[in-house]
Amino acid sequence: MWAYILRRLLYGVLIMLGVTGIIFLLLGVFGGDPVLAYLGKSATEQEILALKREFGLDKPLFAQYLDYLGQVATLDFGQSWTTKESVSDLIRRGVWPSLSFTLPALLLTTFLAVCVGIGASFFRGRAPDRGLMAIAVLGMSISFLVYIVVFQYLLAYVFPIFHIHGYEAALTERWQYLALPIIIMVIVGLGYESRFYRSVFVEEVVRDHVTTAYAKGASRYRVMFIHVLKNALIPIITRVMISVPFLVTGSLLIEAFFGVPGLGNALLSAIETADFPVIRALTALIAVIFVLSTILNDILYAVVDPRVRLE
Amino acid sequence: MNQLWNSRPMRKLRRDRLAMMCLMVIALYALVAVSVALGFFATEYDARVGDNYQEPSADSWLYWLGTDRQGRSIMVRTIYSTKIAFIVGLVTASVGVTIGAILGGIAGYFGKTVDDVVVYLYSTIQSIPYLILLIALTYIAGKGLFGIYVAFCATFWVGPCRVVRGEVLKLREAEYVSSARAMGYGKWRILFRHVMPNTMHLVLVYFALLFVGAIKSEVILSFLGLGVQGEPSWGIMINQARAELINGFYWQIGAATAGMFGLVLCFNIFADALQDALDPKST
Repeated sequence: MWAYILRRLLYGVLIMLGVTGIIFLLLGVFGGDPVLAYLGKSATEQEILALKREFGLDKPLFAQYLDYLGQVATLDFGQSWTTKESVSDLIRRGVWPSLSFTLPALLLTTFLAVCVGIGASFFRGRAPDRGLMAIAVLGMSISFLVYIVVFQYLLAYVFPIFHIHGYEAALTERWQYLALPIIIMVIVGLGYESRFYRSVFVEEVVRDHVTTAYAKGASRYRVMFIHVLKNALIPIITRVMISVPFLVTGSLLIEAFFGVPGLGNALLSAIETADFPVIRALTALIAVIFVLSTILNDILYAVVDPRVRLE
Repeated sequence: MNQLWNSRPMRKLRRDRLAMMCLMVIALYALVAVSVALGFFATEYDARVGDNYQEPSADSWLYWLGTDRQGRSIMVRTIYSTKIAFIVGLVTASVGVTIGAILGGIAGYFGKTVDDVVVYLYSTIQSIPYLILLIALTYIAGKGLFGIYVAFCATFWVGPCRVVRGEVLKLREAEYVSSARAMGYGKWRILFRHVMPNTMHLVLVYFALLFVGAIKSEVILSFLGLGVQGEPSWGIMINQARAELINGFYWQIGAATAGMFGLVLCFNIFADALQDALDPKST
């Protein structure tokens, strides 16, 4: 098993080389000259040279790429070009506001979607199943942006139940601001997730071991929540694990609309101001977490299902 | 084509009334899109037809959905946006699916180094946050339709590629492929004439999924100012309207959402039915 993990980690390093390479090429080579964007049209030759030196853009491209790799390896991403703040500080500051609404949203969505999935698969093909899945498809067909705009308008403006905009670091007050973002994310995610979990459970409830359990007199609750749920753990784990990297960056749209000072907002302003160190850092960060969570996912497989052997 | 239409899954699909209704609605949208593209109507999408923020009224068909902040007819703009949605959906879904299917097929059939390279390629693309990649690509390709095509195609091929590769890996071992090999057919001929047609069901389903994905992602790109330039699209309308809602001007966001909802809903239902019909496990 350790050999397996080591091999996967090495492959992960290879992936990271690819990810950093692509982002570096896209931003650094084809992305135009950021220095001109910062200095404007009337910049003198000296100013341009000075700023290039400051940004490290005077070095040859390959040396710049090595710098970037060094940053990823040491997790020290230098300074933001616009605010001159250390990028690592910026990430450390933004990660908690993002996590404090994405994590509850993911947990709540998964819990509700698993319940809906179990319910729908129990009644598969009958009215409750059809009704639930019809609602899910209807909900999926509306744009994320429309959900945000309409919910913010209705629940924070017309009926001021929630705060409309802003953020408070104090834990007790934070939820007044984050409740609505969490609700919106759950509603948006619920459609996709319920459909996914329904299909997982539908495949499971027709298995022989389920029939056996019924035959031995187990109640329907016991069968659905113990026998079926346990055997459906692998897809549930995978589904949750692939969402993990995206928890960290929060949501660009949600954070922009609700004024949450998270990494989604940081990314948005970095994009608007061509702040390459921040964009590169966030890309590398998410990619690292993505690679690690896929490895962890496969290890969890083996833990949950004894039939799975890692080799 | 005729063979496909009369095959068992298609007969099953044709019996599915809801799916057929959805297909008709999609066809209706397509008709509107084609007529707009040919310039039959909704060409004057930038013309001022009334006061700013005029409420919906039955006076003229131009006012049925009210007007926007520059007094332009929302009805005309919503109809025109159908064309943009179809162009974006068709171009990106078909190119993305084609690239994905070909790469996936080659990787799955030839295996070895080719497979390693393709798997590495999509694992890498997958590890880059979708939105960052999309934005970085539109940076390079420029704002507007072309940027959208490049960005979507570069990211959309991953899904079909993975799935087709998996299917080809299975099919490669099938008896009919061995017999084709024994008859001395060339590798490429076997792959494209014998193996790939059997992955068409996956390709079709992915096409529908990506079409919907394209329409929905366009809204996000419009929000970032990287969407279509100079022409209306549902994404641009929603973005323009999001600041107006607070003043009670609901009709622009309502119209764009409704236009998008109808098309996306029908595509979603149709894709489901297609998947069901093509699933060999169900009867």
